[in-house]
Amino acid sequence: MTPDHSARPEGRSSPAAPGLDRRSFLGAGACGAAVPLLGAASAAAQPAVAAAPDVRRPLDVKLRINGQDHRLALDSRTTLLDVLREEVGLTGTKKGCDQGQCGACTVLLDGTRVLSCLTLAVMAEGRAVTTIEGLARPDGSLHPMQQAFVDHDAFQCGYCTPGQILSAVACVQEGHAKDDAQIREYMSGNLCRCAAYPNIVAAINQAKSEMGA
Amino acid sequence: MQPFIYQRAETLEAAAQAAAASRGSHVEAPVQFVAGGTTLLDLMKIDVMRPATVVDINPLQERYGAIATDDKGLRLGALARMAQVADHPSVRRDFPVIAQTLDLAASQQLRNMATLGGNLLQRTRCNYFRDVSWAACNKRNPGSGCAALDGMNRKHAVLGTSDQCIATYPGDFAQALVALDATLEIAGPQGRREIAVQQLHKQPGSTPNIETQLVPGELITAILVPSAPWTRRSLYLKVRDRESYEFALASAAVALDIADGEVREARIALGGVATMPWRAKEAEAALRGRRLDEAAAEAAAEAAFAGAQTHEHNAYKVPLGRRTLVRALLDAARLEIRS
Repeated sequence: MTPDHSARPEGRSSPAAPGLDRRSFLGAGACGAAVPLLGAASAAAQPAVAAAPDVRRPLDVKLRINGQDHRLALDSRTTLLDVLREEVGLTGTKKGCDQGQCGACTVLLDGTRVLSCLTLAVMAEGRAVTTIEGLARPDGSLHPMQQAFVDHDAFQCGYCTPGQILSAVACVQEGHAKDDAQIREYMSGNLCRCAAYPNIVAAINQAKSEMGA
Repeated sequence: MQPFIYQRAETLEAAAQAAAASRGSHVEAPVQFVAGGTTLLDLMKIDVMRPATVVDINPLQERYGAIATDDKGLRLGALARMAQVADHPSVRRDFPVIAQTLDLAASQQLRNMATLGGNLLQRTRCNYFRDVSWAACNKRNPGSGCAALDGMNRKHAVLGTSDQCIATYPGDFAQALVALDATLEIAGPQGRREIAVQQLHKQPGSTPNIETQLVPGELITAILVPSAPWTRRSLYLKVRDRESYEFALASAAVALDIADGEVREARIALGGVATMPWRAKEAEAALRGRRLDEAAAEAAAEAAFAGAQTHEHNAYKVPLGRRTLVRALLDAARLEIRS
């Protein structure tokens, strides 16, 4: 997917700053195409689809990523994955298949694991996004799952690892890591070309006790 | 991906109205609803679907995403997520076939995203449908032909096909609903209506592009599953190329009411082998009043596939589908049901 960069007044994101002038920052301001539809009562008086918005206008999108607010001007087609990597500069989240088949792009939305390649960025508004960069503590010490992946050599090339780790954190929190068979079943959405699966299962078993599950 | 206007629907009426101006079948409409996005965005990325407007219905989740049970049965909001329903204790205990169809579908990430309504409407995995470089696809481009008929059709359907389309319905959940006689609440520009899940999907016939009886602007809002003597003795058996995270080559949703060793009622739906969620009434009739031993299960399976039509690479689906059903029936008969 190629977002239409020509339509975007500002290419890069900035952390939202208080008092930032909205129009000078976004250009499009309130003209973005995210038009909330009218309720039934007012719909009779006005058409629900307000005067055809211009598809070239970027959307004004506010995202909370790893505890930090970002304001972005985005083509409606932009996926959360592309925002993370191309706009916000968080390249830990990986693009594998880009069609929901490999799990490399897994992130947490309000603590729930989802595929960022099949999530429109605008649909993540109002939800807390957690990427691999947001897992470690502020002092830099690793999350127990990250440490367990290191301890058990749970990767070779490492490309699927950020997705594996986020998926594994959620797997434990969901209560779906009771035994090896359940871990394998509930981690089946994360493919590993290097086939580090036995070590991934071992890492999850170690981390789950440290996570208090 | 074609550029599109993104809108959020804050009310059901606004959602219906936004799409009501569209013509034709709902899958071809220029206004499409998005909830989980796992089918729509996938198909938009590969240019199979090209809506001009995408209406986000997630703001409706609070109102249309609840799971409720009472002595009459189960009520599932269409915006409930697959994972949420699969983990629900009442669903697992009283409607195991429903929980199993959800557990065995997709991956946990996708189950966290995908809604029940969207899951029912997921579209075929036929490679010729999903790749627009193949010109011939009657589903994508009516009248253009079917590349699968004499193409690579190993995963294609053997039941409910036509000379226009042999694409397999890929879902699992719908089989459980069809077996259990579930109904759908639908809201749309013309008001509300209720239909049997069995009536939602259509066989391809001469119009494979018309996949369901929904019209543009209509939304599934709830799924109702009646409690019955057979709902607890139910299961889903799914056979596939790999053990997890894969579509069915053959599957069977079965629910049995057995008393004094005899089958009082059997409900059977087949997946992976048909163009739509396939209720096997002939197989059900073959079991009624019989002791469920291997011979009875095989007779039922024979009846289920009596009308199968195979193509070059998918003839194996007939014996595979039969054996899948036999095993599912014998396993269900052996289930210990705690009251």
